[in-house]
Amino acid sequence: MTLPEFFGCSFIAFGTPFAMFVFTIANDSIRIIILIAAAFFWLLSLLSSALLWFAIVPLREYLWFGVIFSVLFQEGFRYIIYRILRRTEQGLQAVSENPSIIENKHILAYVSGLGFGIISGMFSMVNLLADMSGPATMGLKGGSEVFLITSATQALAMILLHTFWSIIFFNAFDVNNYMHIAYVVGTHLFVSLITLLNVHEMYLATLLPNYIILLATAALAFKVAGGSKTSFLRFVKCQ
Amino acid sequence: MDGHVGAGSSTRLNGSSGVEQRKRQNINYGANDQIDGAILDVPNVVVRPARQRNRPTASQANAGAAGSSNNGAYQATNEELDEEGLKYGAQHVIKLFVPVSLCMLVVVATINAISFYSQTDVYLLYTPFHEKSPDPGVKLWNALANSMILMAVVVVMTILLIVLYKKRCYKIIHGWLILSSFMLLFIFSFLYMEEVLRAYNIPMDYPTTILILWNFGIAGMMAIHWQGPLRLQQGYLIFVAALMALVFIKYLPEWTAWAVLAAISIWDLIAVLSPKGPLRILVETAQERNEQIFPALIYSSTVLYAVVGATITESNDRSVAAIENGVQDTEEHASSSAGPARRTGNASNVVNDDAAQAAEGMPLVTFKSHGNDAGFTQEWTESHAERVSSRQIEVQASNGQNANRSTEYRTTTTTNRPTSTFEAQERGIKLGLGDFIFYSVLVGKASSYGDWITTIACFVAILIGLCLTLLLLAIWRKALPALPISITFGLIFCFATSAVVKPFMDSLSAKQVFI
Repeated sequence: MTLPEFFGCSFIAFGTPFAMFVFTIANDSIRIIILIAAAFFWLLSLLSSALLWFAIVPLREYLWFGVIFSVLFQEGFRYIIYRILRRTEQGLQAVSENPSIIENKHILAYVSGLGFGIISGMFSMVNLLADMSGPATMGLKGGSEVFLITSATQALAMILLHTFWSIIFFNAFDVNNYMHIAYVVGTHLFVSLITLLNVHEMYLATLLPNYIILLATAALAFKVAGGSKTSFLRFVKCQ
Repeated sequence: MDGHVGAGSSTRLNGSSGVEQRKRQNINYGANDQIDGAILDVPNVVVRPARQRNRPTASQANAGAAGSSNNGAYQATNEELDEEGLKYGAQHVIKLFVPVSLCMLVVVATINAISFYSQTDVYLLYTPFHEKSPDPGVKLWNALANSMILMAVVVVMTILLIVLYKKRCYKIIHGWLILSSFMLLFIFSFLYMEEVLRAYNIPMDYPTTILILWNFGIAGMMAIHWQGPLRLQQGYLIFVAALMALVFIKYLPEWTAWAVLAAISIWDLIAVLSPKGPLRILVETAQERNEQIFPALIYSSTVLYAVVGATITESNDRSVAAIENGVQDTEEHASSSAGPARRTGNASNVVNDDAAQAAEGMPLVTFKSHGNDAGFTQEWTESHAERVSSRQIEVQASNGQNANRSTEYRTTTTTNRPTSTFEAQERGIKLGLGDFIFYSVLVGKASSYGDWITTIACFVAILIGLCLTLLLLAIWRKALPALPISITFGLIFCFATSAVVKPFMDSLSAKQVFI
């Protein structure tokens, strides 16, 4: 159960994002660059939250503290990316071979969101995956045996959520829709904090709400990006 | 120089007038565009169709003109876009990302799979202090001393190279580069193969090993120094850079490796940017002489050599001609990939005859080695050599007209007929192999601690640093050192991640908390 588990969990967590990358990002060099830049900003946010967590010694035992600030930092850096991308739009248009990147503002949001998501998923999964690949696994430290697969599932949810959040978030700042901003920050906080329950192996209580939120966020992002019920139906029926 | 001679003879041979040449240039430029587009999709050298091959000179020009009509459309649209250069810039960033990532991947995979490379038990001659003491103060002192010695060697070698170049001792330089790549491709590849086989417990007899190594090494020498498919050559360059990085990781003591990384990026900064910096002198000399800097030491995203099959069949003796086209920025072009000698700056000289190449015996054109030589003792020389090259990344001119002017190409013509394989080389960005090596050393060193988070953080930081460097390149249009920004970012992220972020992420992932 080492290699099969390794591959299974990698594909669960990164299969969908990888497909999204291949089909929507990889063909356009400027999108790859934005993706990596977004990943870099996520790293900066993680670094600052880890510094904060590290610096305040008395609170180091309390993960919720680190989690809350990490979420706030991430949303802060998402806003910074938003500002940077919107400010450099003209330049991007000059650099991009594909003008649609400017015409459809959601593309930038999607790309940077995916960058956020992929790097965050990698950071949470990659060491687990390395452990999984051998010599043996069976939960960590006597923990649950579904530890790894739930981690992978949760990582997938986070990656997709980051993508959708960025779409909603960017649009919300474009149209000054404060409800949506609050929704993004609120659901991010909720999703992250509810995973604190994972310690008690209450996987149903964490995964189920998170996936419900994922679906709701996906629907909202779809709507924000200009989709409607009819266009969705048309898409399903391949019309 | 050779280049001019070649150009002159080809003109005569082709009997092409200035007008025709101009046409031809246009054609070429069109071809260039096509290739620019095509390279995105097709990872291969694009060779112009053979139809032009068999035509005599005059009809050739006509055919070319006809062909150019549709290519002309591309050209026109290109010229309309001022940002053309920047666009290619974005593509070229990716074209550098891929090889840099591949090189790092090879190193990281090796480090993780083969423990041989992550333990230091033998030391280089250049690092007399072995950091055996547990006291951090002594270690720090050792590391600084080691890195100073290494840097001194690098500086001396760089200056030696510049002197040789100034004195036009090309043969010596080429001999040096050939020797170093020979050692890397045979001796170090042998060591690498041995360790891989040992790690996976695969028995292999010596005859087989020698056969494999012989073929591998000879193919590499040919691809690097003579000619071969572009992908093959790039692959060899990447492999050689990865081997070199592994050697550094293996033989440098822990703290010394970090100190060397920091020192080398400072040296890079000085050597390229200061008015009397050796690499700057190198670049300027090359510009004065209107030739390439050692193509040898540079990975180019778009060196195209076309091996023209048609010419082989022809009655002529010059069997295979390597075509190399480099579009370079005439203003700034500092180095370009391949043919060192005959860079013709202006459009009128663009047609080159391979006769010139043949005349030279070993065509410089095809000669591009990266500068690795590596004996234990020699790796320095080489590293420095590639250092040299490393600093020059180049960007091309952005505006269309300029690009037009700067398009250089070389067609190979045999004496009776011009085979016009126009290979357009796009404006390529060149990155020295030394940059590959030190990026890989950084990432490999980070991964040797067994933490993937740190590795990924370093990787992202280096790529972002590379992006920023290329952005500055697009702004300043001069050769820039590629190491300082990337290595600084990489070092910061490496240490910050392993010290601060890793404990945080570990405690999060142990409790399955996702942020």
